[in-house]
Amino acid sequence: MFDFPVPPVDWLAISPIVIVVVTGMLALFVEMIRPKRNNNGVVGVCLLGLVAAAWAVGVNFGQPEGELLAGMAVRDRFGLVFELLILGATFMCLLFSEGYLREKRIPFGEFYPLVLWSAAGGMVMATTRNLLVVFLGIEVLSIALYVLAGMSRSEERSEESALKYFLLGAFASGFLLYGIAFVFGATGSLHLGSLAAAWTSGEAPTRAMLVFGLALILIGLGFKNAFVPFHQWTPDVYQGAPTNVTAFMAAVSKIAAIAALWRVLEGAQVLSVIWLPALSAVAILTMTVGNLVAIVQKDVKRILAYSSISHAGYVLVGVLAHFKSPGEIGATTVFYYLLSYSLMTIGAFAVVSLAARGGREVTGLASLNGLWKRSPVAAISLLVFVISLIGIPPTAGFIGKFLIFRDALQTGLTPLAIVLAVNSVVSVYYYVGIARAAFVAEEAEEGEGAAMNPALAGTCALCAVGVFAAAFLFEPLVSFMGLR
Amino acid sequence: MNQPTGFGLLSGVVFLPIVGALLVALIPKAQVAAIRYAALIASVATFGLSVVLLHGFSSSTFHFQWVEFVPWIARAGIHYRVGVDGFSIWLVLLTTFLSFISVWFSFYIKDRVKEYMLFMLALETAMLGVFVSLDMIVFYTFFEFSLIPMYFLIAIWGGNRRAYASLKFFLFTFAGSIFMLLGMIVLFVLNWRLTGTPSFSILDIQSAVASGKLWAGSPHLEPWVFWAFAVAFLVKCPAFPFHTWLPDAHVEAPTAGSVILAGVLLKMGTYGFLRFCLPLFPDTLPSQVPILMLLAVIGIIYGAVVAAVQPDLKKLVAYSSVAHMGFVMLGIFSLNHAGILGGSFQQLSHGVSTGALFLLVGLIYERRHTREFKDFGGLKAQMPIFAAIFLIIMLSSAGLPGTNGFVGEFLALLGAAETCFNRLYGLDPAFVVIAGGGVILAAVYLLYMFQQVFYGPNTNPDNKRLKDLKPWEVVMAGSLVVLVFWGGLFPNTFIGPMEASATATRLMATLPAGQRPVWSDPSQEVSAAGNQSQLVSLGDGRLGAGAIIATTDVHVVWQEEHPPEEVVNHLGAR
Repeated sequence: MFDFPVPPVDWLAISPIVIVVVTGMLALFVEMIRPKRNNNGVVGVCLLGLVAAAWAVGVNFGQPEGELLAGMAVRDRFGLVFELLILGATFMCLLFSEGYLREKRIPFGEFYPLVLWSAAGGMVMATTRNLLVVFLGIEVLSIALYVLAGMSRSEERSEESALKYFLLGAFASGFLLYGIAFVFGATGSLHLGSLAAAWTSGEAPTRAMLVFGLALILIGLGFKNAFVPFHQWTPDVYQGAPTNVTAFMAAVSKIAAIAALWRVLEGAQVLSVIWLPALSAVAILTMTVGNLVAIVQKDVKRILAYSSISHAGYVLVGVLAHFKSPGEIGATTVFYYLLSYSLMTIGAFAVVSLAARGGREVTGLASLNGLWKRSPVAAISLLVFVISLIGIPPTAGFIGKFLIFRDALQTGLTPLAIVLAVNSVVSVYYYVGIARAAFVAEEAEEGEGAAMNPALAGTCALCAVGVFAAAFLFEPLVSFMGLR
Repeated sequence: MNQPTGFGLLSGVVFLPIVGALLVALIPKAQVAAIRYAALIASVATFGLSVVLLHGFSSSTFHFQWVEFVPWIARAGIHYRVGVDGFSIWLVLLTTFLSFISVWFSFYIKDRVKEYMLFMLALETAMLGVFVSLDMIVFYTFFEFSLIPMYFLIAIWGGNRRAYASLKFFLFTFAGSIFMLLGMIVLFVLNWRLTGTPSFSILDIQSAVASGKLWAGSPHLEPWVFWAFAVAFLVKCPAFPFHTWLPDAHVEAPTAGSVILAGVLLKMGTYGFLRFCLPLFPDTLPSQVPILMLLAVIGIIYGAVVAAVQPDLKKLVAYSSVAHMGFVMLGIFSLNHAGILGGSFQQLSHGVSTGALFLLVGLIYERRHTREFKDFGGLKAQMPIFAAIFLIIMLSSAGLPGTNGFVGEFLALLGAAETCFNRLYGLDPAFVVIAGGGVILAAVYLLYMFQQVFYGPNTNPDNKRLKDLKPWEVVMAGSLVVLVFWGGLFPNTFIGPMEASATATRLMATLPAGQRPVWSDPSQEVSAAGNQSQLVSLGDGRLGAGAIIATTDVHVVWQEEHPPEEVVNHLGAR
């Protein structure tokens, strides 16, 4: 009699993901029975679900770490903290969505469940060392995003964005899967933990397969991370997608992709002689191209898209510093940078979402003109985000950049630190342009009041206060997260 | 030193303006008068508090006073640590005083008054923070943060080319200082490897430098880190060839912005030299001094020559700043007693005189909305009080004996002469001779300016309607005139408290490892016994009476001809 071994399921460990997924389903039901033209119930359910999931993560903080579900999932501080990051970022994105979707005339209730499922995919990516599960996570994250990007069906740009994202995303998934297959061929396992053994004991052909497979995996993840030269989709997709979806993409999908990259590199630590120089070159390219191209952009969403590319480069420097000497540098820098990046990017996109008015949305730099007069709250928060994005103290953006500088200099990645410094100077140009439009310029045409609503104002204020709070309360925050 | 003290009076001075700004933010936009007076009260109160600081300041020690320590980011060694010494106490007072004058002058601002005052007060906090920070990251925080309000002051209330000027100002300063951040982190990492405790405190770093251990392991890094700091300060100063942002920023900035920019922001650069470049890089300093002295001399001559051909009052004053700041650098990098005292006195007197000049230019600009020489002439009869005040300030800027300008320039030149004629650091007497020519050039362009504006026929009908200064304007400008004479006739008021710090800083920069004074060692004191300044160790850890003999006597300073090497031998023989 064939006996199928059912692995013991540690429901507590996967409860955050389960809660998010189930909340999504619940939200669908609420959406079906909702009174017409009002999504408030759906939003409420989703936000509550996110809070519950965050609470579940907190409960897991005290549990023993280790592999679960036959090696499919892992519970460790890194994964839990990244789950928390994803939940927080998703919360912020949902918070300002309803007002925007109404102004944009696309108040579809399906939006919220899709976002939740996408976030669940990201959480899966952060909590596994199994390559196939990483792939599953990416697909869950991405497929929901393909739909979300094209949600504004009447707009050609949104359609284009979805299609472009889908085609290139599918292509990248192909790379990833192909790479996974090679690694599987070399190691006989889908688990990242077996990579090191296969490398040390393997013959030349095995090693070649490993390197090739790893390279393909990194290309696939590089696409998700929008590293140069795999970034071509980013500006178009970011610009075309509805602004709240863009904020979600810029924050959550980047956090998840960095987490997955971290897991892969952790498994492939033995090969670091090979990938460290390659990824250093990628980091330099990503920072430089992102910033240089951002200079000539005229559209706020495109500027922020390129800015997110360059920030991915900065994070990569932090990641590389860790893997250069893992004993010395912990994960705190990368976690903290992603936290600050999420706060300022989501906040900035929230302010940009003000541009939507009665189904129209123009996001040229001039659309911000006179913001200080129309909506002081939004203008002041935008100023805070811009200051933080430049990396001027005393903001979280500065502390994050400072930590990356410190790690890079400490581990001898001095060239990367210098490139980062030069890029920070370059980035001043376009960030100041945003601040100038919002604060200095007079409004071009009179009349339209701001489409400010309490939820949007709340998002701006939360993110702006968060940018300072994360800097001033650095010590308690990092102690609570308990990363090394 | 590492016991948390909580926030005290010094923090009160630093943060009072920003608290005032928060209160101003609560006043409705339409109540312009209330906003103006609230801002004025905040700045006056800050000035008052800073006078209290001075009152409790002891001039007999080079150690930091009013020290406060509040833990912040322990794992990265960043803590809120502030204190003042002989250099910074005066810069704090200069800042609070000029901020008060600037806020007062800003009653002329009609547009977006609330935001304007918010930025002014935020800027004051940032500037004060720079001068009192004893933690490098906290210093960097204030240093960088000062860019934001200044950027907006220029970008919103500036002249026609304000967009260009403000961006240039931001980019130049940011580009300079980001590498300083890298330099700070290198110092931190070296100190961490040496001592095992993470710390960004300049007291800890300087102690490691003074013992010679910090740079012992990696001497090749020292010049690089030195220049990472020096370039940030050269940009801020601004010294040739990094000065190009200054004329643009000055000309486009609103008057109060120019006053603050010239009066205080530029001092962040020279203060940075005194606080970081001298004490922390003693081994590489001798080889870098000639380059910095050369830049100073070029700045003096270049600034003066370019100032002489400007058709515009404000541009002329802006370029004269480049020249004057050259004297400050010249003095500081002479690395002797007279020079360092002269440099640090000159930075104060430049703050007063040039700040006052911008103020006066602003007063005439508010009346005529032009600054071109060709629009003026013969104003002496039209505005006699204005002309008199302008004359005094102008002569102070030109360095006339009896005014503050003379004391600083003279001491700086004296120090430079001492170093150059001894041919220390490979310097040549030509340096100081050429720099001395700058004083003459200053008289040339300043007198030319005065002549263009105040003498000659008053032909322009617009000028015939001009009214003289209002009483409040006379009080405002007159208070600066008082300072001009005070600095010129009683310089010891200002030099006295600086003396111990100047001596200690010089010894930190010139003595060999192991014999340098250490900020974090309270048992040390400097003494100027006889002609020879030296380090004195007070066994019981307290100041003995008469442990320091402060000397402001130029005669004594002049006799101190021993080059640093001889000082070394002298001390080594004991």
